[in-house]
Order: sequence, then C-alpha cells, then structure tokens
Amino acid sequence: MVSPGALRVVRCGGSALRGARAVYLLCASGDFVKVYSVNTEETLRLMGGHADLVTGIQLNPHNHMQLYSSSLDGTIKLWDFMDGIPIKTFTVGSKLLALYTPATAEDSVFVVIPKKGERDTFQLVSVKLTKGAGQDLEAKELSVVLDGVGASMKHIAFGRDVAYVVSVKDVNLQVYFFKRKLLNRFSLSTMKTKGGDNHFSCVVCHPTEDCIATGHADGKIRLWRNFHHRKEYTYSTLHWHHDIVMDLAFSMEGTRLLSGGVESVVVQWHNESSCQKDFLPRLGSPIEYISMSSDGALCCTLHTDNRITIINSNLRFSRSIQGLIKSRDVKTGLVVDPRTKALVLNGEPGHLQFYSIQSDQQLFSLDIVQRQYIHQAGLKQSDLVKVAFSAQGTWLATVEESEEVTDPELQLKLWFYHEETQSFQLNTRINTPHDNHITDMCFRDMDELGDDSLILVTTGRDCVFKVWVMVEDTDPEAQQSVSWSCDFVGSYHNYQATNCCFSEDGSLLAVSFEEIVTVWDSLTWDLKCTFCHPPGNIRNICFGRLTCSKYLIGATDYGFLCCWNLLTCALEWSAHLNIVVLQPDPLSEHIAAVSWLSKESSLFVFKPNEPRPIYIQRNLCKEKILLAAFVPRDEPEVISSEKYLWLRKSQLFFLTDTQELMTLSTKSLEERLTPSSKQLAVEENLPVTPFSLLLGKHRRQQAQEDIDLGKPVVRNKQEQASPAVKELLHTPAHVLPSASFLCTIFINSLLISKENKSAEEVADEAEMESEKAEDDSDEEDVTEMEQEDTSHMELLGEMTCKLSKSQEKELRKIRKTDYSWISAF
Amino acid sequence: MAAYKPVVVQACPKLGERITQDTLYWRGYKTPVQIKEFGAVNKIDFSPVPPYNYAVTASSRIHIYGRYSQEPIKTFSRFRDAAYCGTYRNDGRLLASGSEDGGIRLFDISGKAPLRQFEGHTKPVHVVGFLSDKYRIFSGGDDYSSNLWDIPSATEIVSYSEHTDYVRCGCASKVNADVFITGSYDHTVKLFDARTKTSVMTIEHGHPVESVLLFPSGGLLVSAGRGRYVKVWDVLKGGQLLVSLKNHHKTVTCLCLNSSGQRLLSGSLDRHVKIYSTTSYKVVHSFNYATSILSLALSPEDETIVVGMTNGVLNVKHRKPEEKNEKSQKKRQPTYRTYVKGRTYMPKQEDFCVSKPVKRVLRKYDKLLRSFQSSKALDAVLEPPIMLHTPEVTVAVMQELHRRGTLRSALAGRDEKQVNLLLTFVARRVIEPRFTSVLVTVADMITDIYQPVVGQSAIVDKQFLKLQEAIGKEIDYQEELLEVLGMMDTLFATFTKKRDTCLEESKSNGLTEIIETNRNY
Repeated sequence: MVSPGALRVVRCGGSALRGARAVYLLCASGDFVKVYSVNTEETLRLMGGHADLVTGIQLNPHNHMQLYSSSLDGTIKLWDFMDGIPIKTFTVGSKLLALYTPATAEDSVFVVIPKKGERDTFQLVSVKLTKGAGQDLEAKELSVVLDGVGASMKHIAFGRDVAYVVSVKDVNLQVYFFKRKLLNRFSLSTMKTKGGDNHFSCVVCHPTEDCIATGHADGKIRLWRNFHHRKEYTYSTLHWHHDIVMDLAFSMEGTRLLSGGVESVVVQWHNESSCQKDFLPRLGSPIEYISMSSDGALCCTLHTDNRITIINSNLRFSRSIQGLIKSRDVKTGLVVDPRTKALVLNGEPGHLQFYSIQSDQQLFSLDIVQRQYIHQAGLKQSDLVKVAFSAQGTWLATVEESEEVTDPELQLKLWFYHEETQSFQLNTRINTPHDNHITDMCFRDMDELGDDSLILVTTGRDCVFKVWVMVEDTDPEAQQSVSWSCDFVGSYHNYQATNCCFSEDGSLLAVSFEEIVTVWDSLTWDLKCTFCHPPGNIRNICFGRLTCSKYLIGATDYGFLCCWNLLTCALEWSAHLNIVVLQPDPLSEHIAAVSWLSKESSLFVFKPNEPRPIYIQRNLCKEKILLAAFVPRDEPEVISSEKYLWLRKSQLFFLTDTQELMTLSTKSLEERLTPSSKQLAVEENLPVTPFSLLLGKHRRQQAQEDIDLGKPVVRNKQEQASPAVKELLHTPAHVLPSASFLCTIFINSLLISKENKSAEEVADEAEMESEKAEDDSDEEDVTEMEQEDTSHMELLGEMTCKLSKSQEKELRKIRKTDYSWISAF
Repeated sequence: MAAYKPVVVQACPKLGERITQDTLYWRGYKTPVQIKEFGAVNKIDFSPVPPYNYAVTASSRIHIYGRYSQEPIKTFSRFRDAAYCGTYRNDGRLLASGSEDGGIRLFDISGKAPLRQFEGHTKPVHVVGFLSDKYRIFSGGDDYSSNLWDIPSATEIVSYSEHTDYVRCGCASKVNADVFITGSYDHTVKLFDARTKTSVMTIEHGHPVESVLLFPSGGLLVSAGRGRYVKVWDVLKGGQLLVSLKNHHKTVTCLCLNSSGQRLLSGSLDRHVKIYSTTSYKVVHSFNYATSILSLALSPEDETIVVGMTNGVLNVKHRKPEEKNEKSQKKRQPTYRTYVKGRTYMPKQEDFCVSKPVKRVLRKYDKLLRSFQSSKALDAVLEPPIMLHTPEVTVAVMQELHRRGTLRSALAGRDEKQVNLLLTFVARRVIEPRFTSVLVTVADMITDIYQPVVGQSAIVDKQFLKLQEAIGKEIDYQEELLEVLGMMDTLFATFTKKRDTCLEESKSNGLTEIIETNRNY
C-alpha cells in the first residue's frame, strides 16, 4: 500500500517541442511526457504509460494533434496530447534511444537502437508502423539506414525534404542520400586544433538549403556545404563559445541559427556570418537543448537544472517553467519553511529555492550569494551550504563558503522576513564566523517566547561552537534596530564540533564533538553532562519531542543508534544500525531514521521511549537517501491503518543521491494526481476570442450588479455563472448538438430576465432539487458544484440569469451523454 | 533571466568612530581660526541679533568680534581688574559684565563708557545676566550672595544670600521674567523667583557647580561642574534627576545648547567638547582641542563655534558653505520641471499603462567585468581616485578576478609605470587585515610574473623592497602581539577556575582572529 512514488523525476531526458500553434509545450520528463501551457506555464497534462525513460518525442507530421514518443522500454506510443489519451502502442523490442519523424516518410519513423551483439554501437533504423485495429501493435519491420551512429538524439538530423540524413560521431560526419543511396563520410583530423577537442557534439540541417551545421566540443560551429561531393565539400566556422556547443537550432526560414552551451548564453547567428550575432546572456544554468516552435514565434531552451526557458523570436526572455531545480549538490539539506510549508534547498548556484510540494512549483528563489555566477568549469565559486529557519520563519540564517579546501571563504548571513515586501532582507553579514568549515547550525525554536529568546548556534571544524544573539542597536538614528553578534564561544577538549541541536523547550543545547555528545545549559552556558558511546563519531543527534522530550538520540559512524535518558544521564537503549539520516517529526514524538546497508535504503520509524520501531520499510529504494524532511500537512489526514498513524500529521520526503524527491504515501499514484485542475487549466488557456470577451463582459457585469445591490455574495463563487453555461463550455464540441440548435438557448441564458417571479422560481428550484437527487448517483463532483450554485442563485435572487426549465433539461441531457462518453475510455 | 550582478564591495565597518548624520553635520566646519587673547577666556556670548557679533571676556577686557573678523571690532577696557561674564541683553544692545572688584558694569554696544555701575557685591562677581524682561540684571558673587538689580535706577532690588559658597554660574529663564537660577560651589543649584524673598527650589548637584543651563522651554535644567558629571533635572517635577552623564574626565566648565535645541554641548578641562542628543542623552559627536576649555558658545544656526581656552586662545570654527548643492539644483530646475510634467496624471480605467524599464547604472569596472575584460577592469580600479579613496573597491575587483581565475592574466603584461602603481598599492594595503587575504595572493602573483625582469627597473625594485619591508614589519608586530596574548592567557588561567575554561577562550578569541589572518606569510 505504501509505495515510494517518485513525486518528480528530476532528470530531463528528451527534447521539448511544441504544438502547432505554439500554445502547448511538450516535454519528455523521466517516464512521462508533460504538456505545458505556454501562456500560463502550468502543467496541463502528464501522460504516463511508458515503463522506462522517455527518450524522444516528435509530433506526428501528418496530424499535429498527435505525438509520437519513444522510450527505453522498447515501445513507440502515439498520443492525442490534447486529451492525454494514448492512441496506439507499437512494440519494437529493443531499447529506443532516439526518435525521428520526418514528414515525407509514410507510415515509418526512424529510431536509434543498439546494434545486436555489440556494445556501445548504435544504428539508425526505420520502423514501419503497421496499421492495425487494436491499440497494441507489433512493429518488427526494421530496416537499417545508418550504422555506427551516436546514441544521443542530437547526433542525427534529417535534411530538407528528407533528402538525406546526417549523423555525427566523434570526429566523423556521415551523410546518407536516400534517393541516390549514397553515403558520404567526412572526418576532421584530431590533431588539427592545438589542445582543442574538435569532436562533434550536435548536428542540425538547414530547413531550406543544403547546409549542415555542426557543433563541436571546442566551442566551434561548422557550417558544411557542397557535401554532395566527397572531395570538394566546404565548410565555414563560427566561433564564440568557449566550451562545448550543446545544441543548435535553425529558425524556420533558416536565416537564424541559435546555439547554446555551458555558458548559459543563447547566441543567435544571422545569415551564417560570424560578425552578426546577438546574445541572450545569463539564463541561469547550462543549456542542454534548444527547440524552435513550428511557427517560429517562440524558442525554448532546456537547462541542466530541470528548467525550461521560453524565448521570444526577437531574443527576449519570455518566461520560464521550472519545478524542483536540480543543483549540483544539495548541501543545505531539506529544510521546511515554517511560513509557506515549502521545501527549501539549494537551487541555482548561490540561490535558495522555495519549492512548493503541493503545486510542484518553485515559489521563489532567494539570491543568497549575490554574486555573478560564471559558468565555467573548474572555477571555485562560493555556494550555499547551510540553512536554518527560526520557528516562525521570521529569521533565516544561511552559510556560504567557497569550495576551496584549505582557506574557505565563509560568510554567515542573517535574513529577516519583511512583511511589506513579502521577502527576506539581509540583516547581518558576518565574514569568517568560524576559521574552518561550518558543520551545523540551528536556531533555538521557541514559539511561546518572543524574539528576544532567539539564539543561533553554529558549530565548526575549528573545534568551537558559537552562540549568536540579537543585539539591539542603541543609536536611535540607525537604520536597523537589531543586528547579530557573537555571545559565547564554547569548546570541548579541542575536538571538532559536528552537530548541534536544541531541546524542545530550548533549555538545553546538545553539541556533538566527534565521539562525544555534550549537553549545555542555554541560559548560563554551563556544560551539564557529556555522553559517549564508543566507537564512532557522532553523525546525527536530535532531542525527542512532546512526551519523549527527556531523550536524546544519536547516530554514530560505526552503525549505532543510541538513546540517552537526560534525567538519569544513562544510555536507555541502543541499536546496531547504519543510520544515514535521522529526522524528528516536529508535530509528534516520531523519529524517522534511514539506514543504508548493502545498496539499499531502509526506513525505520520509532518513538524514543521504546526501542522497538513502530514501522519498518525495508528496501525503500535502491539509491542512497541523503536527506529527509517532515513536511506538516495542512490538515491531518485520515489514516485507518494503525501502522501508518505516524503519517497523519506530516508527510515524509526524501532526497536521494540522484536528486530524486520521494515521499511515502498511503494513496495510489492516480489518487494523488488530482484531476481537478485540468478542466480549469483548459478554460484559462482558451484564447481570447470575441466570444470569450462577450462572455467575460457578461460575467463582469453580473458581478458588478451583485456589488451594487450590496448582497452578501461569496466572491469566489461568482465566476460560475450558471452550471448549464459552464457545462456547455466544458463539453467537447463533437458531442454537442448542432450549434444552430444551441444558439438560441444559449443567447437566452445570457439575457437578464426581468419577469422571473418568485412563485415560478420556487417551483423551478423544487424541480432542480429532485433532479439533483438523480444526478447524485452518477456524478458526485457535479452535484457539489450545483449545490454551491443554487445557493448562489438564491442569493442573487431575481437579478440572476436563469435558464428555463426546458432549457435546463436540455443541457442536462447533453451533460449526461458527455460523461458516458468519457467513461468509455 | 537574471540581470548582471555588480561586484559586491565589502563594506567594512570602521572601528572606533561611526559615521552618523551627526558626525557629518558637526564635521562640516572649516579649519579653526585661532585668536590670542590676553588671558584665560572666561566667557563668550553671541549677540542674539544679526550680524551675530560675539563678546569675549578675557583678563580685564571685553572684546567684541564680528563674524569673520580676526581683530576685535570693539573693546571695553574700563576695568581695573579682571572682567567676568560679558553678557548681551536679548535685544543685543546692552552688555553687562561682572568684575574682580565686585562691581557690575552695564555698557551700551555703541558707547564706550559704562552706562550704569552696580555696586553692592563685596567680592568678585563671576556671573551676571539679564532677566527676560530686559530691565533687570541678576548677579552672583564670591560673597555667596545672588542679587537682582534694576537697570533704570541702578539699585539693588533684592539680595539672596542662601548659597554657602562662591556663586559661579547662573542662567535666566526665557519664559518667565522673574525666574533665574544660580549654581554655586556649595554643590547646589538654586532657583529664585524675583517675587519671593527666598529661593523656590534647591537642587543638590553633589559637586561644585561650574555651569548651569535652562532649556528654552524652562522645563529642564542642566548642571555641570567639578565632579565630571553633567546632570539633567526636571524642574517641573520639583527638581527630579532625569539623567546623569559622565563622559568627561575632568571638570566640566561650560554648557551650551545648539540653535535647534536638539543637541547639548559641554566643554571641559579635559580638552573635549561633547555633543549630546537631548532625546537620548547619548554622545553623538565630540571635538578635541589643544588645551583645557573654559568657555564655549554657538552662534545662531550653528554657523560658528567659538571656544575659549585657559591659555587665552580663542578657537573659532566657521561652518562650510553649502553652495555646491544650491548651484546644481539651480541648473537642474528647468529640466526637472519638464521631467515632472504629467507626473500627477492619474491613469484612467481604460488607459493602458506602459512602464518604462529602469535603467541600471553600472560602474565602469562592472561594465568591463560583464564583458569579461579582466585586464581593463583592473585598469579601471587602479585609477588614483578609486585606489586612494576606496581601496576596498580595488580589492573587491581583484578578488572577483581571482574568483574568475583571470587575475594572473590581468596582472601580467604591464609596463614599468603600472607595475609600480600596483606594487605601491599592495605594499601599502597588504597589512590591513581586511585586505590581507586577497592582497597576499596578488603579491604572490606579481612576484611570480615579474620575477624574470627584476633588476631592469630601479623603480620597480624599490617597490619590491618596500613590500618586503612592510611585510617584515607586520610579522614582527604580530609576533609581539602573540607574546602579549601568551602573557594574557597565563593571567587568565590563574584567574579563572577550572570550569570556566570556555570563558577564557571567548575573550582571547578576538585577538586570535587577527593573527590567523596574517599567519599565511
């Protein structure tokens, strides 16, 4: 029942491309194909069905509403991406590494598959897609086109009118002409450039001319012409990038060429000349793919940190779609922002991302380092390593350090949440708070006391822990009223301080020094007692909560989990477990511990007062779990099974070393993906047409009248004008009766009826009530909506536009047919 | 898409004095003009009417100085012995003064001979003053009495002999014509009402009182004297002590309010003038003088500060004119007006607002860094104005270049003049702890790069030697510091008990930090 469902697969395989009208953006993301709206950046659909990584997606050249996708599981699927329905599945058999659907090839697509019998050799084959009646079809008719091609989909391109296909690998370029069945090979000499690596990295073909553009690992772009001849071919070179050219894209007319790479700059080359170029710099992270929309109006770039940027045709940044940003290394740990309940972790380099789990969106990105990040390999730039929030989320402490090992450039920054601007503002910056790396940091969490009791503790490898307190500025004319300064420095026998933790009431501070845990009084900073349970350095410590607040839990390097009783100062119990992560639930006594044993992670949930775990999940996942966090739920979930009671108040999230975020859930995947937003999204994405303007005006007018009358109307309900109208708008066009039949009814519904009198109304409503009872059986959601609406109408009284009884019935019929149609799928 | 982020220049808080609005305001005076008087200057008083001349009482003369004159424009010298406390009436036309012989003289500003002479004190009169009705004078003498005199008839109205020691200071209320106070060496300040026969209020200062002051509102009273204390009393609450300030370390001799009444100035024999905020009673600024201060006065609008010393030197500071701002404002006015045109226009509902993107102004080095021109960016910050006045900018750019890995190439390929410039900067700033870590790398790189050409230029060689010398000195200094630290540690170790080991470390921590930064030579 409990399944480790990957909430979001962070790697971005495959390319993004667009629907015909540049309204939808399709992106292969892990095992899914995602459909985004270009206008609102929202995820409209998540099309799942592949069992493995989706490697390529291409629009059906004969039907722009359909999409082909290929996957490592050996299938090609044909989708109707408007509705998110799989139409056909073709099973090829072997792994598919890339997919191409050139326009002229009838009924066949090209895929890259590994060559049988040989490792790391791939071939381009054309697959004949058989026409059959069923959904699942076999596609075994393969014919090899090219041998020895690159595995990436960037290494093959089809020329104009599918006259030829180009493949690059290492320093070789192959061009195969379909008509003449001729294969031309060109190769660059590896010795030609001094020190530079001129391997091919990507290839694209000009849409109208016989021209091939190739990107190289040394940052050069070569434009090849005249490649029909083996000897007299020519090429010209464009050079701006200093590192590998990751992707290239021609505009629809072929006048512009876009290139991108590690520098995270999109370069636009005009007319294939190197003198005329435009730049779009500082896109945030290295560019992985570039894709043009079919009408040429938009272009989008895919970045290594799991983000899609949409760029206008005049090379202006338009918008970006981003979920959880993948950073190189999550050093900050998973922290929960008490204010927004968002997960906080490293985002872009030097930034802190606030990621909302509920909406799978980045709430905002806070620039901590505030320095220009240079996208260049081998540079040691400072990055965020530690983050801590105070209990209410009013204070944020961050530590940044440069990657240099010997002399780290450390900065401790304290940020205050500014209510007016709704963001964190820098309050204090402390240079070199410790002489060596900071290992841990925590605030004293005290809800009931005011800000005066706020204390920050940092532990460092320089063998001390420091206590930072707020100091009120005495100068009345100073800009800031408070700042932070060091209050106390503690050490223990010159051992490195590794972890720190405050007890729930804030009276005790536990600091671990290598193998020893010390407990300090937070008022007088006296050393109260020490605990040591050799062997092994302390990896994690935490205090128990609520009823178990007298216990202190510690995990050591050598695989021991120890629980000490603070009242008796004795070891209560210990267990032999290689604990990697120890995470207490802030709302209950439960503590989650994740162990790592022989290539599998296991989860143990226990209460400190009893050594027997409440819940054990062996083999949670194959990857090593690095971090975990309890995120409080908005409202306690109803969980029937006693085994999972610990999940009632908060949810547990994990981050693995491959940067996949996972959670434990008692519900199945389908339940969690709430479909409610989809309908809404479609409606919002309707293009602005005269009709929608008319409708919008009508609604606004109605709202205005409500206000004028001063009636107590619940605001958010006003949008639903009438259930019937809404139904009408949401029903697909092909199941509706003819427009001429609906028109008069609909227009009438928009008119404001004046003669509707109370007697009639009451009768109408009684009618509706009875009909609703029928509806209850078949559709629950709708009845809810209707109930809301009837109450709404009662409030509105005679001013509301209402459908007559017959019209109501008519529309209701329509709706019923509609739902039966859906249930067929 | 993120915009270019300019280089972060580390603002290092300067130790010691902090720059506040007050420091800027009180620093806005020109270099002082020194005027030599014949003896210790015991009183300076500004005329309350323009052109704000001031009377300086020193030895047996009273000099009247004009605002910018260095020579007295008028002198009253009809004194047989030392004159004291030459004070203007509040219309600026009469001047009263006490003297060593016990007589009080009243002068007309335009005349020379005294208009009136008030005889009655048997001992020297150190304090005289006009009551705010203009027709009466109060005085305090070394015969322990404080008297009230009628100007028209030159007679004594009343004599209070309540003090038990010399009366050395006094002040009249500005709101009530009958009220004045006197402070005495008997440690008290007494408040007299001319309508009653005895003092109305007695305030125990606790030390001999050298100076008293009433606030313009009459509600607060400030007293100061031998005990180094400046005490503020609430008169309306019956002489309750409001605050006691101890910022001087010698006798406080004079008190003065600035023209707005927001700041209180006190001068002392310890050669300092302290300026307090009258809201928080914290020292917001202080002036240093060459010798002990006896008297102090501030002209209306704080235009001039005049301080009199024990050695007879009169120190006059004039405020710097703020012409620059006015000029630039005048120039900008017409363009500003056109710019402002339509600013009050409120967009209507159907108007479509187009916001103009704000243009960001980048410094020159930022522009160059944005386009990755490392060498030119370094050139930009090696220009003398930046290098001399804001070395932190130069160092920040060097650090940024180091971070980008292009510092070496930016430093290389420079001619003799530029290398000289670079080395001068490094040699001068490398010992500053906040720059050390960066400049040590820079110095390393320069020596690496220019090692082959050492000996070809005398100037560069000289700079290298200078750098070596600076570093050698710093190392010696740090060694000495370490020795002191060692000594202190032994002292602390004997003081503290075993369980307070951590306390000691927190104290020594400040010093170790400095040493850490310099250890990498």
